[in-house]
Amino acid sequence: MSRASARPVCRTGFGRPGVNGLAGLVAALGRAVLDTIGAAGRLALFALNGLSHLLRPPFYWRNFVASFVEFAFFSLPVVALTAIFSGMVIALQSFTGFSRFNAQSAIADIVVLSVVRELGPVLAGLMVAGRVGAAMAAEIGTMRVTDQIDALGTLSTNPMKYLVAPRLLAGILALPLLVIIADILGVMGGFIVSVLKLGFSPTAYIANTAAFMQPMDVVVGLAKAAVFGFLIALMGCYNGYNSRGGAQGVGASTTSAVVAASILILCFDYVLTEMFFSR
Amino acid sequence: MSAAAVTPKIRIRGLSKSFGAKRVLDGIDLDVAAGTSTVIIGGSGSGKSVLLRCILGLVEPDAGSIEIDGQDVLAQGRREQEATRERIGMLFQNGALFDSLPVWENVAFGLLARRGAGRMSRAQARAHAGTVLAQVGLDPSVGNLAPSELSGGMQKRVGLARAIAATPEILFFDEPTTGLDPIMGAVIDGLIVDCVKRLGSTAIAITHDMASATRIGDRAAMLYQGRLVWQGEAALLMHSGNAMVEQFTHGRREGPIGMELRR
Repeated sequence: MSRASARPVCRTGFGRPGVNGLAGLVAALGRAVLDTIGAAGRLALFALNGLSHLLRPPFYWRNFVASFVEFAFFSLPVVALTAIFSGMVIALQSFTGFSRFNAQSAIADIVVLSVVRELGPVLAGLMVAGRVGAAMAAEIGTMRVTDQIDALGTLSTNPMKYLVAPRLLAGILALPLLVIIADILGVMGGFIVSVLKLGFSPTAYIANTAAFMQPMDVVVGLAKAAVFGFLIALMGCYNGYNSRGGAQGVGASTTSAVVAASILILCFDYVLTEMFFSR
Repeated sequence: MSAAAVTPKIRIRGLSKSFGAKRVLDGIDLDVAAGTSTVIIGGSGSGKSVLLRCILGLVEPDAGSIEIDGQDVLAQGRREQEATRERIGMLFQNGALFDSLPVWENVAFGLLARRGAGRMSRAQARAHAGTVLAQVGLDPSVGNLAPSELSGGMQKRVGLARAIAATPEILFFDEPTTGLDPIMGAVIDGLIVDCVKRLGSTAIAITHDMASATRIGDRAAMLYQGRLVWQGEAALLMHSGNAMVEQFTHGRREGPIGMELRR
């Protein structure tokens, strides 16, 4: 596994400043496209390599448990607060809209649908990407620039197996658990505002929520969460693993880990919603 | 197998590696006999670290061959390469200790990672780590500390302990005395010589510390611009007769080695 093995560099005469304006532009565009495809390919290979180590022993349980606790337990406060306030805001906002049409009874429906299908997984994913994804990239990046990853290799330990595989699995398993809690707290947030501020009857609100909540919504929300957890861990590991150039390089890879994970979460959210809900 | 007696432990032929347009290694030929220490000197950026990384399999060379005990390492499959790597211990320049693990687990890491025969329980490994720490002059209680709590010299010693814990046949030292005061440098050199003698290992050290080079090495070689420009007895380093080596060992500004100001 040679970290320094050169990535393909496009060497044409075009693209140098002053050769030919249009050709230069086209070459620059082409190079950007090639770079993007190359990066996507490297990321996909990295992901497959990491996942394949889950199937081949040994598995480093200690590392898995440590990342799982970091992912799930220590993200609880952030995710819980995000979920409660989102549920409260939705109840408040939909009340202003729906009261014009005398459709206030739909608030429970709106809250449970938006929280369970979308806000729970997406907001939990974004918060965890900022918290855990960044920490992962910084930790693995520091290990890279201080030769600790090379040292693993000299101590008969495969760094992909030791560092990456346990984190990927932790992400896949931890985020759905967090989202279950986020779902419950989000609905609770809507309940609090509806009952205490908007004057709903508690029993009617709960009955409405129960009537509108489909098991399928919850399942798809949790499937989304598993995908998001995988993406967060993958971007953290990939960017950290490929850091170079000291403190600045680690900082840059931490930033890209969070930004890339957040964007991918939003993209995949659309794709998965399209797959499951648009019939 | 009469040839085995004369087969060098490590035989490198025509090893080349470029990063982009820069040729870091340019046709290196080097033999290291079993049980001896070779010191490779050379300026910063002359490719010394890359040479070690090639032998370890951390960097893939563009051309050439690396044989260990007559077996071509580069032609081996992944599993065989891993087996080869288990026979090599390495002391990294800045220690490269795992900062998430206590010192004892760092030292015992290679033993805990072993599969099959040489496997140890955690308790055994911990006890063994204490023994190895004592060998490098550290109290076994240091094992409970985190690497970040140690001074630079102690980190080097722990790195050395980690490298020798699995009694490797081959030991690599990447600038073992860089960043240490002269006395601590001499202590580390002494520990290295002791360890190599006790284990009967074959060692390669890279350094640009001349005092350290003459203390550690049986033989020496100088790397300049990706080529080995001189090889000989380490004792001859300070009066080799080679203009480049003379300039380097005596730290002269004037000589055949020009200052590379710009790449």
